[in-house]
Amino acid sequence: MPVPCGTGCGKNAALKRPKTGDALCKECFFWAFETEIHFTITKGELFKRGDSVAVAASGGKDSTVLAHTLKTLNERYDYGLNLMLLSIDEGITGYRDDSLETVKQNRDDYEMPLKILSYKDLYGWTMDEIVAQIGRKNNCTFCGVFRRQALDRGAALLGVKCIATGHNADDIAETVLMNVLRGDIARLKRCTAITTGSEGTIPRVKPLKYTYEKEIVMYAHYKKLVYFSTECVFAPNAYRGHARALLKDLEKIRPTCIMDIIYSGETMSIKEEVTLPSQRICTRCKFVSSQEVCKACVLLEGLNKGLPKLGIGKSSKAKKMLEEYNARQNTLEQVIDDLNDTNIKKKSGKKRNGLTDKCNSKTCCSGNCNSTQNNMEDNSKINSLLDEYSLKETDKPVQQLNDVSDDEEGCSSSCGRLGGLGVGF
Amino acid sequence: MPALKINVHFGGGAELLFDKIKKREVELPAVDKYLPECEKKGWTIRELLVWIKENLLRERPELFLQGESVRPGILVLINDTDWELYGELDYELQPSDTITFISTLHGG
Repeated sequence: MPVPCGTGCGKNAALKRPKTGDALCKECFFWAFETEIHFTITKGELFKRGDSVAVAASGGKDSTVLAHTLKTLNERYDYGLNLMLLSIDEGITGYRDDSLETVKQNRDDYEMPLKILSYKDLYGWTMDEIVAQIGRKNNCTFCGVFRRQALDRGAALLGVKCIATGHNADDIAETVLMNVLRGDIARLKRCTAITTGSEGTIPRVKPLKYTYEKEIVMYAHYKKLVYFSTECVFAPNAYRGHARALLKDLEKIRPTCIMDIIYSGETMSIKEEVTLPSQRICTRCKFVSSQEVCKACVLLEGLNKGLPKLGIGKSSKAKKMLEEYNARQNTLEQVIDDLNDTNIKKKSGKKRNGLTDKCNSKTCCSGNCNSTQNNMEDNSKINSLLDEYSLKETDKPVQQLNDVSDDEEGCSSSCGRLGGLGVGF
Repeated sequence: MPALKINVHFGGGAELLFDKIKKREVELPAVDKYLPECEKKGWTIRELLVWIKENLLRERPELFLQGESVRPGILVLINDTDWELYGELDYELQPSDTITFISTLHGG
């Protein structure tokens, strides 16, 4: 027996809205869905007339629906926005290369310019190469940290006023839950903000903050929007998977719990005596950081030095690793001196210092160092990094080497879902 | 009782668990023969899920099913309408119905 649309429009309802429990027909649902996002945008003053806005586009359901809705609203309510798409190519074969095709489809469908930035161009490494170094554990940290910064770089290149991301209500609720579970007060405080970023940085806005995942998927389905859905080939992020599964189970019993968790996160106040890390500029790359050197730079330094675990875990651990590395380099220097400086400079122009090459010299340290190609000029870089770390010893960070990022430590909304789901409840 | 022909669609990444096939036409046998213990005359979504698990689901059933229902986060549509408006598991299948399963759990 068909249920009539709750608005009294005379049509049959197509879905039950999780947020309100209303049964609506397709047309009335589209209207409600779009209008709510319009209210979120106007109430939160997300955009100003004439702004250029980059939509962070992954080709997935959220960013596809976001791009579609922003285009629709921009025309309907005459926001006067100049919309464009910004995509990051992490270099994951069989995952991102396919999804980028979807983004190109979005570009054509929505007539928006598209900019694609790759990890390879920005950092000299693809995720495929990073995973070959670090293995499948922790690789989400690299991906998440690099993506966050890559979006900032892309936005700067495009000269936009802000970046709109596709984080939906379920994502935000999940992040609140995660931050409670981890006791991460700094992130708990800012993860519900509809606009993040401060002076000197390009703000990020979340127009879908109050939009349920179910409605996004139903909207895309009824509008026949083309989006890409698969799991990241490297995904497993077990902890987030558990949080997500818990949330979905709760939502099934009581759909308003998503809004309620967001509300709790928004209204929770932090005790004054809790010290929060302050935001500053990374001394190396000049992008936002909560530390002297930002996490992206530390991770990259680790990769380029053959210490891929650098930056995973505590900063004191990173410092120790660098010290050991430096000690090894000193020994190496002597060996190199002895070898009379012949074939050292051979490959010094190469970006990566022969990470995969094993040490050839039998006289050199235990054999687990990276080859003699680790040239001298790099040593000054290591030393400067070490200095930077020594400096930091005094200011005891509250957190680990965390960037001032909102919610993207590791994969959050764009991947890593299914890995943890395998465990179930 | 004659066989029941229906369409089963998978989307949003759910198709990855079903040989990547998005649209299928399936023929269900008489329910009292297939599941004698359920003592029903017609197929409901509840029995359909059992049949799908045993006949179509290729991998990681826990990503699709939970208990006797679908895993929360998998949307079910009956003839393009939210199953929540049709009694969910208790909906009785009619000839040439289209049942759609869309995953919201897959990222992009």
